[in-house]
Amino acid sequence: MTSTTEAAQLPHTEPLPEIGQGRAPADRAGAGHLDLGAATGSEAALRRFLHGLPGVDKVGAEARAARLGTRSIKTTSKGFALDLAIRMIDLTTLEGADTPGKVRSLAAKARRPDPADPTCPQVAAVCVYPDMVAVARRELHGTGIHVASVATAFPSGRTSLEVKLADTRYAVAAGADEIDMVIDRGAFLTGRYAEVFEQIAAVKAACGAAHLKVILETGELVTYDNVRRASWLAMLAGADFIKTSTGKVSPAATLPVTLVMLEAVRDFRAAGGRTVGMKPAGGIRTAKDAIKYLVVVNETCGPDWLDPALFRFGASSLLNDLLMQRQKLTSGHYSGPNYVTVD
Amino acid sequence: MSQVPERTQANERTALFEYAPAPESRAIVKIEPSYDLFIGGEFVPATGGSLKTVNPASEEVLAEFGVASAADVDRAVAAARHAYDRIWSRLPGSERAKYLFRIARIIQERSRELAVLESIDNGKPIRETRDVDLPLVAAHFFHYAGWADKLSHAGYGPDPRPLGVAAQVIPWNFPLLMLAWKIAPALACGNTVVLKPAETTPLTALAFAQICVQAELPPGVVNIVTGAGETGAALIAHPDVNKVAFTGSTEVGRSIARAVAGTRKKVTLELGGKAANIVFDDAPIDQAIEGIVDSIFFNQGQVCCAGSRLLVQESIEEELMDALRRRMETLRVGDPLDKNTDVGAINSAAQLAKITELAAAGEAEGAERWSPACELPSTGYWFVPTVFTNVSATHRIAREEIFGPVLSVLTFRTPEEAVAKANNTPYGLSAGVWTEKGSRILAISKQLRAGVVWANTFNKFDPSSPFGGYRESGYGREGGAHGLEAYLDV
Amino acid sequence: MSEKTGKAAAKNGPLKETRAVAEAPDEVVKQMTDDAAAAETWSRVRVAVRKTYKLYIGGAFPRSESGRSYQVTSADGEFLANAALASRKDARDAVKAARSAFGGWSGATAYNRGQVLYRIAEMLEGRREQFAGEVAAVEGVTQDSALAQVDAAIDRWVWYAGWADKLSQVRGTVNPVAGPYWNVSSPEPTGVVAVFAPLRPSLFGLVSVLAPVIVSGNAAVVVAPDAAALPAITLAEVLATSDLPGGVVNLLTGRVAELGKPLAEHLDVDALDLAGVEDPSLATELERAGAQNLKRLRRPVPNPDWTTDPGLDRITSFLEIKTVWHPVGV
Repeated sequence: MTSTTEAAQLPHTEPLPEIGQGRAPADRAGAGHLDLGAATGSEAALRRFLHGLPGVDKVGAEARAARLGTRSIKTTSKGFALDLAIRMIDLTTLEGADTPGKVRSLAAKARRPDPADPTCPQVAAVCVYPDMVAVARRELHGTGIHVASVATAFPSGRTSLEVKLADTRYAVAAGADEIDMVIDRGAFLTGRYAEVFEQIAAVKAACGAAHLKVILETGELVTYDNVRRASWLAMLAGADFIKTSTGKVSPAATLPVTLVMLEAVRDFRAAGGRTVGMKPAGGIRTAKDAIKYLVVVNETCGPDWLDPALFRFGASSLLNDLLMQRQKLTSGHYSGPNYVTVD
Repeated sequence: MSQVPERTQANERTALFEYAPAPESRAIVKIEPSYDLFIGGEFVPATGGSLKTVNPASEEVLAEFGVASAADVDRAVAAARHAYDRIWSRLPGSERAKYLFRIARIIQERSRELAVLESIDNGKPIRETRDVDLPLVAAHFFHYAGWADKLSHAGYGPDPRPLGVAAQVIPWNFPLLMLAWKIAPALACGNTVVLKPAETTPLTALAFAQICVQAELPPGVVNIVTGAGETGAALIAHPDVNKVAFTGSTEVGRSIARAVAGTRKKVTLELGGKAANIVFDDAPIDQAIEGIVDSIFFNQGQVCCAGSRLLVQESIEEELMDALRRRMETLRVGDPLDKNTDVGAINSAAQLAKITELAAAGEAEGAERWSPACELPSTGYWFVPTVFTNVSATHRIAREEIFGPVLSVLTFRTPEEAVAKANNTPYGLSAGVWTEKGSRILAISKQLRAGVVWANTFNKFDPSSPFGGYRESGYGREGGAHGLEAYLDV
Repeated sequence: MSEKTGKAAAKNGPLKETRAVAEAPDEVVKQMTDDAAAAETWSRVRVAVRKTYKLYIGGAFPRSESGRSYQVTSADGEFLANAALASRKDARDAVKAARSAFGGWSGATAYNRGQVLYRIAEMLEGRREQFAGEVAAVEGVTQDSALAQVDAAIDRWVWYAGWADKLSQVRGTVNPVAGPYWNVSSPEPTGVVAVFAPLRPSLFGLVSVLAPVIVSGNAAVVVAPDAAALPAITLAEVLATSDLPGGVVNLLTGRVAELGKPLAEHLDVDALDLAGVEDPSLATELERAGAQNLKRLRRPVPNPDWTTDPGLDRITSFLEIKTVWHPVGV
């Protein structure tokens, strides 16, 4: 757990909320509320509930996302958006070739993304494999930057529940504040929703105080109807965040898939559920893209979600483009890749 | 680094993502102080006086333009007749096609300029002129260009002939797009035209006259006469026109149908509407909400095919209306040239007065009125997006075309009731239906008496897709192979 | 045919012969003129059953609600029959019947409509002689010429019958819109069409304007003017016995000048075919009246040649093109 006292001494830190203290669900008791408990009462009830969700028309959803993508964000609002996007980044390295050196370097960048500009905010978290958590933990101690770890046999998830839980406990024990698990897409696609639900709930329990992000791997779910159902399934099972992708499958995050997941997050709260966060991951490389995502967040869920506690970008190269754009806003001229660090 | 907000401010959870103004530059457009008529390939002064066109977003006078008198109309028709007899009816279709392709290309090249000009003169958001109007204008010319030398394959016989001189009168809601819908098929079929744009939006039609010059279109093939109702009436009544095409109100359409009685003029009319947009309980709700917004707030609702009557299945009324209100809160009303504006200005003071009057009638008749909190500019013609619930079929707002951003919501219980209510109008231009059940879509769209049915979408247009109404929404179709019939002697 | 009946036919037209004396054997007719044998002959005579010409509305044959009738005479002025003189209210009833029938008829499968229309042609063929007799009587043409007209009418009816299930393929389109949408245009019937049939050719003209209206699913209110009433009502008898739902065709006999205005002004009439309106100023007046609810309109053509290939023109005049959009996505 991070120390906010220490974090406050650093100029660029911006502490995230205490882990385990999710934001209170909005008080919206009323006739519109669903009985979310009953939805998960049995395999049949779960299936009925998920298949009773309104469908998603692919063309309409993509047209909506594309239109939001035409919003023109300029001057002060652009400055606001660039800093916010930096603060929302889960700076990620998930390679077989990862080493302590690589992770240390990434952690340094997370702390001070633009060495030349002390006003530049730091990122939300560093995201690594479980065996790199301890390194990241050491490097980020006292910064307010979270350590996120993928777990549960990331990225395929094809192993026993015991191994997945052991993977999770190992990462949490090593100091992970956040766990990014993958759902069993095979089980989901064959309609074994209860199995997926139970696994998420079990991983959630294994997380303890750590936040749980549930990766749907939308590129393998294929349809938006599946994405909406999987989003609700994950939220019902206890997800603190729902996340699009591992980054290992194409397509990874897209604007419309993010839109559909944000609608689920919005509707879950409106139906009396918790306030759940959302993380698009993979494929978001430019500041322009990131700003489009923020517009979609703003116009779908509203300003509550414009916060690193509820919205993250899973990305690595995005940060440098945000930094270059930020430098351009400050200086008035375009920057280049040699004016930001390689990682 | 003054542009970047203070960190403390950014840290606040409640910090709003306010979009800074993002105005499209006006510099791209040059508006002359005054405009002449375009007759016989030349700009000639009008003899019927002049009118002014204003920017409806600011009430600023943009330019003066000529009012074509009966004598001017006569000259324009004579020029069109001359061009028809001597040039256009003799030119092979393949060569007519090349002129239309040229025009399409020039429109693409000048599309941003035309989009800005349209937004300034009409009041509609630049997002729409840039992303909808102008691409469709160019596409329409491209589509019909290709027809010019393929008419014998269109299903109207081996050698369908043009009609001659076409008199065309168009409205102010899609000034350049309606011009394209009229001129492109007319020219492709071998007719020449005299077109009168609306008196509140003449500027893009006059810019189009310049495009004809740039394309070196033979003089007299296209003539543009500006003016108000009298000019239009003189044009339609002119004894030497062979074809009358009109888009506008049903009332004027009726008077045109009377005026041409007993003549041999071929007529097509695209008139008003009061479209029903039917939402079933199994609809894809988020897309239905977008569709409702597009159906009634696109172009400030000043659309003949607007989905002005929302028919929602009673079981989901509350849920749908909650979602619609939430969505309407995010609509951005204001400067048409701001790239983030969703809803622009009402086209004229007269139109604003009409919308205001009908909305007041809705309230007076007992319907429940709601609009999002919204600050409107102090000058210009504005009407906040408005939705009426508890509307019954007898209310004026459920029967009369409002032609503004005003939605009337009615409920239904069964598919039969939905269809009966949807068809219960003298109009029949368009309709919408939202449901995830395929067989229901096919059944309902079959039963709806409307020329265009949008299923799980709304307000989509394409040059290859025929558009036009049943009943008092007019007759004839525009677009695609069906659109050729209006300009051929068949 | 005896000399006597031949003369009667020449004088009164075959219609009168058909109705009055055709049933009597030749020798009886001969004897009828023989005073001496008259008493004996009359005791053996059979008086033909005359036909009453009424209106055809909603599948029934009512008299005019006005109680009026008019004399139909042959081309040379001989009395042929009293036909019902339809009134404004009959026109109103006919429109109502047509509107009621429209839903079912337009909703029937195209194959079914084609079958019904073909059945009508079969029935026409069976009454070929009867129609020829009526046509010859009202038009004063020879029996051969009348038969030729009947044959042309039957053939045209067959031609139109075949169009029922082809129209959508010829006039419908799948439109290649620039976007992820399925977009289809198909023809649909306009609704209730008021048809003013030409006076001549009485049967062929009527068939040529009626068949194209109903083949696509419209319901018709037909005005058969003056003497054209007789073959028209006989056609109605064919329609009434040939699986055509009642109300799809409604036949009013009488005067165009009287029935034109109420039909042209009627707000539940969707279209007008003024083919049989011979007076140009009346045609203009009716066109103007029809503008009130934007009726689709066919203007009369001076001196039309009904024998030329009709093409699709008359069918498409009373069609609406409906375009349906739907997104394409998984």
